[in-house]
Amino acid sequence: MDYSEKVMDHFANPRNCRVMEDANGVGTVGNPTCGDLMTIYIKVEDNVIQDISFQTFGCGAAIATSSMITEIAVGKTVEEALQISRNDVAEELDGLPPIKMHCSNLAADGLQAAIENYKENNQ
Amino acid sequence: MYLDNSATTQVSQEVFKEMEPYFTQEFGNPSTLYKIGRESKKALDLARQRVADAINAKPEEIYFTSGGSESDNLAIKGIAFKLAKKGKHIITTNIEHPAVKNTLGFLESLDFKVTYLPVNENGIISIDDLKAAITDETILITVMHANNEIGTVQPIEEIGKIAREKGIKFHTDAVQSFGKIEVDVEKQNIDLLSLSSHKINGPKGVGAIYIKKGTRVVPLIHGGGQEKGIRSGTENVPGIVGFGKACELAANQLDEHYEKLSSIRDELIEKVLTTIPEAYLNGDKDNRLPNLVNFRFKAIEGESLILLLDAKGYQASTGSACSSNTLEASPVLTALGLDPVDVHGSLRISLAPESDAFDVDEFVETIAEAVKRLRQMSPLWNQELDYDNIMCKKHDDTCRKC
Repeated sequence: MDYSEKVMDHFANPRNCRVMEDANGVGTVGNPTCGDLMTIYIKVEDNVIQDISFQTFGCGAAIATSSMITEIAVGKTVEEALQISRNDVAEELDGLPPIKMHCSNLAADGLQAAIENYKENNQ
Repeated sequence: MYLDNSATTQVSQEVFKEMEPYFTQEFGNPSTLYKIGRESKKALDLARQRVADAINAKPEEIYFTSGGSESDNLAIKGIAFKLAKKGKHIITTNIEHPAVKNTLGFLESLDFKVTYLPVNENGIISIDDLKAAITDETILITVMHANNEIGTVQPIEEIGKIAREKGIKFHTDAVQSFGKIEVDVEKQNIDLLSLSSHKINGPKGVGAIYIKKGTRVVPLIHGGGQEKGIRSGTENVPGIVGFGKACELAANQLDEHYEKLSSIRDELIEKVLTTIPEAYLNGDKDNRLPNLVNFRFKAIEGESLILLLDAKGYQASTGSACSSNTLEASPVLTALGLDPVDVHGSLRISLAPESDAFDVDEFVETIAEAVKRLRQMSPLWNQELDYDNIMCKKHDDTCRKC
C-alpha cells in the first residue's frame, strides 16, 4: 500500500491512542467484519474539546486517520469540530490511497458520533 | 528477511548463470535451422527434459507457457472447449487460486456448470463429496495440489484415481507444491498439471503445463505452431532455460529442503502458538507444505501487522481485505468457516530453503510485540462491544464487504 510519510508516521507513532475513562462523549463507527472499527473519546468542557483519544482496529489508514483527527480536533469548539470532514483528515495526512478514501477514512464519522453522544448526554 | 516466498522467490545464482548466455549470445529463434537457432532448440530440449524429470513425465508431455495462470487457463478452457460436446460439467473446490476460479467463472458465463466442493475447517475436501458431485456430464475435475494461502495439501492421488476410473480428466494446479513436496504425474494419476518457474527460484514470466499423452486440449494462443501447436509464440528461451535449471535443482534437493523447511516451520508454529495469546494456526496441521504457515491473531488487522513487521525488516503477507486491491477478505480463509473478523487478523509466512540465517525466536518475539501493540490500540481486544448497535457509516458503492 502506497502510504504517505505522514500516514506512516501517524501509524507508527499514533497520537492519543488510549481509552479515556472520564470521557463525556464516546462514538464508535465502522464494522469489524469490514476490517475497521474505531472508537473516539472526547472530553468537552465549556463547549470546547479539551481532550480526545481513540481506539482503532484496522489498517494503517484507519489508525493514521484516527490519530490525525485527535490532533485536528483538540481545542476546537463542538461546532467547529463538527465541520471536520473526511477530506480534511485525508488532506492533513498528505492524501490516502484512493481505495482507502471511503473505506478506512472513518475518523470524521467517529468524531461526529462522539459529539452526538456528548450532546445526548448533556440534554 | 524475506518471508513471502509463496508470492515469489529470488532467482538463484545458478539459475541466473545458466540463463545469461541466452540473452545476448545465444539469441537464436529455436524454430530456425541454422546453428544459432539449433543451439536455442537444444537448450529448450534440455529444459523440457529437466521439467519432465522433475515430475516423472515424458519430455513430449511438457509445453512451456508464460506461467501458472496461463497453464491453468489452458488446462481448463482447453479441456472444456475440447470436450464440450461430451458434457459441460466441471468439479473444483472453493479454495482455488484466482487463475482457476476466475477461469471457471468465465466458463460459467458460457453455460458450463461448475460444482465448487467445500473444504473442512482445515481446508481439505471430502472424497465422498467429490464422488457425489460426479455426473454423466462431468468432463473435468480441477483441484489444486497445495493451497497458496494456507499451504494445505489435497489428496490428489485419490482424486486422480477416481477421475481415471470414471473417465474424467483431472487437472491440478501444482504451482505451490512443486519443488516443496513430491509431484509425480504417473503415481498421482494426473492428466494436466500447471507449473510456475518463479515460485522455485526461477525467473518470472515462464511456466509449463503437463498434458498426458493422449489428452487433447484446444489451444488458447494460435499462431506459428510452436509447442506442437498447443502454445504458439516464439519461445522465451532464457526464461525456459532458467526454469529448466530451477526444476533440476528443486528436484535434486527436494528431500533435503523438505527436512530443513519443515523443521523451521514446526518450530515457528510451536513458538507462535505458545508465546502469543489467542493465536491460531490456519489450515491442516499435518497435510501442509513444508514452507508455509498461516496464523490468525484475535482482534487485530493484518495490514497493520504487515506494516509493523516490515518496519522491523520482515516481509510477509495477509489475507485481510484491507491489504487486497479489491478490499475483499480472503475467500480461502472464509471457506474454512472463519469469522470475517478473524480473517482480517491473518498472517502468511512462506519460507525459502535459503532461510538459513532465520532466527525463529527473534521473529516470534517481533510478531508478539507487534500483535501486543495493535491489541493495545484495538477496541476489539479489551472491551465488550455491542456490535449490533454500532453504526457502519461506510455503506456506499465502494464498500462491497458490508
